[in-house]
Amino acid sequence: MIFTDLNTVLPELILAIYAMGALMFAVYTGKDRTASVLIWVTALLMFGLGGWIAVQPEGAHTAFNGAFIDDGFSRFAKTLILWASGLVLLLSKEYLSRNDMLKFEFPILIALATVGMMMMVSAGDLMSLYMGLELQSLSLYVIAAFRRDSLRSTEAGLKYFVLGALASGMLLYGASFVYGTTGTTNFAGISSVVEGGGMSLGMVFGMVFMSVGLGFKISAAPFHMWTPDVYEGSPTPVTAFFASAPKVAAAGLFARVMHDAFGGATADWTQIIAFLSLVSMFLGAIAAIGQTNIKRLMAYSSIAHMGFALMGLASGTVEGVQALLIYMAIYVVMNIGTFAFILNMEKDGHAVTDIRSLGLYSKVSPGRALALTVLMFSLAGIPPLVGFMGKLFVLQAAVDAGMTWLAVAGVIASVIGAFYYLRIIYYIYFGTESDGLEVKMPTLHYITLIASAAIMVFGIINLFGLEAYAAAAAEALLK
Amino acid sequence: MITLEHYLGVAAILFVIGIFGIFVNRKNVIIILMSIELMLLAVNVNMVAFSVHLGDLVGQVFTLFILTVAAAEAAIGLAILVCFFRNRGTIAVEDVNVMKG
Repeated sequence: MIFTDLNTVLPELILAIYAMGALMFAVYTGKDRTASVLIWVTALLMFGLGGWIAVQPEGAHTAFNGAFIDDGFSRFAKTLILWASGLVLLLSKEYLSRNDMLKFEFPILIALATVGMMMMVSAGDLMSLYMGLELQSLSLYVIAAFRRDSLRSTEAGLKYFVLGALASGMLLYGASFVYGTTGTTNFAGISSVVEGGGMSLGMVFGMVFMSVGLGFKISAAPFHMWTPDVYEGSPTPVTAFFASAPKVAAAGLFARVMHDAFGGATADWTQIIAFLSLVSMFLGAIAAIGQTNIKRLMAYSSIAHMGFALMGLASGTVEGVQALLIYMAIYVVMNIGTFAFILNMEKDGHAVTDIRSLGLYSKVSPGRALALTVLMFSLAGIPPLVGFMGKLFVLQAAVDAGMTWLAVAGVIASVIGAFYYLRIIYYIYFGTESDGLEVKMPTLHYITLIASAAIMVFGIINLFGLEAYAAAAAEALLK
Repeated sequence: MITLEHYLGVAAILFVIGIFGIFVNRKNVIIILMSIELMLLAVNVNMVAFSVHLGDLVGQVFTLFILTVAAAEAAIGLAILVCFFRNRGTIAVEDVNVMKG
């Protein structure tokens, strides 16, 4: 019995044991000299595990009395999370060593955060949800403050910690009411109570608190206030990480809780999610207009993108979840490509974050300028790039679910949001010449940037089959 | 007779005090850490009250998990606060303001 359970959680188990083993190894041997080896090993392990999970046969297994669910949905999200984490880890190495931050704790903390994220998307019980969420959050608080001697980084860590802990408290308070009114912490149990007798007042209360907590984690407005500061203050590789895998995990967890536990009362929560989605899209689009710091700008951009992703969830249908997954996958690819560029915005050994420093970058390096332009167009959702396809899927899902008003609002928000992406492109091609950024860029970053841009252009043909995988994953969640 | 509602009332009051402690407090970051702890303990009161009311042990198991995680959370919070203090020289809430927002 226990062996079948352990077999189900094997990927998480391997990564968790690896993280502890790596910690011991580094402490007792070379300390920070082992850092670059550990980064490579961790990243390769993540790619390997991601590939292994991707080729698992279909079917759903539960472990530990339903506390852990391994189904098509969790496997899709886990593959995405593992690959994104591994890639960001590899991209981080150059920046960390340049800024004297190459410490062995970095890959270990990323690995532990990844275990937490895998746990989140597989949660089948309020307890496993909480443990996964906290394992991820606690690791992220530490890496936000990873540059210990920098005031900005520690302030980012402190802000993230305080607001993250507040969110966890809200989520738990909600969870306690859900437990009290249904008498179980198991999602399947909660779902059968909801289907049997509808939502009581206590349950709705609990669910609203849980949505607030999850809204914080996914950085949806009006619970987004930590995002710009944390993105700005954290070291850039950490920002790149925050903007990729944890977002997928939080979106996956949100979908998991809403559909698995409260799937019988769709009408009660779609309005809440639709509200979060609407506010996030507009806030992300409007508040970013005045920003000149590219990391702050990416923070508002991620808020807006989360708004669009939540639009898929708000429709409450299989197509909606499918659109959410497609959107997250596309978002992660675009973001990693963009951050591969941002990681190399440097002058005289100092990181530059002002977007005006991109002035006439097209003359410095036409190839990279073109790749960044493609990515910016794609982030703005301009056809015929893949970023547009992601938006098309969520809008389609919203219209099919009878939420035309939300889809119309989304289109308006994306037009407003296009302004700041286009401004970056304006600086690249028509801006005033600046002192210029350093031209050198490590090969891996260059390949990632170009590949990401190429995917945005060529993915338009068939999205590399993503649509079918996401459909299977969404059906596994809503079976 | 003390009923479930009384326990839930106490927990709600503690929880709200915790939230106000985070948002209204203008003095010291340590008070914020205490407020976070208060919120989590309020949740524990809730959990144990529901657990006894339902005659189901799962709530108390959940409480043990929350206590453990709260301890880890406090440790990490204090560690980050020490790093912040070394850079800034103060832990007044008003001085956590290098970045606007």
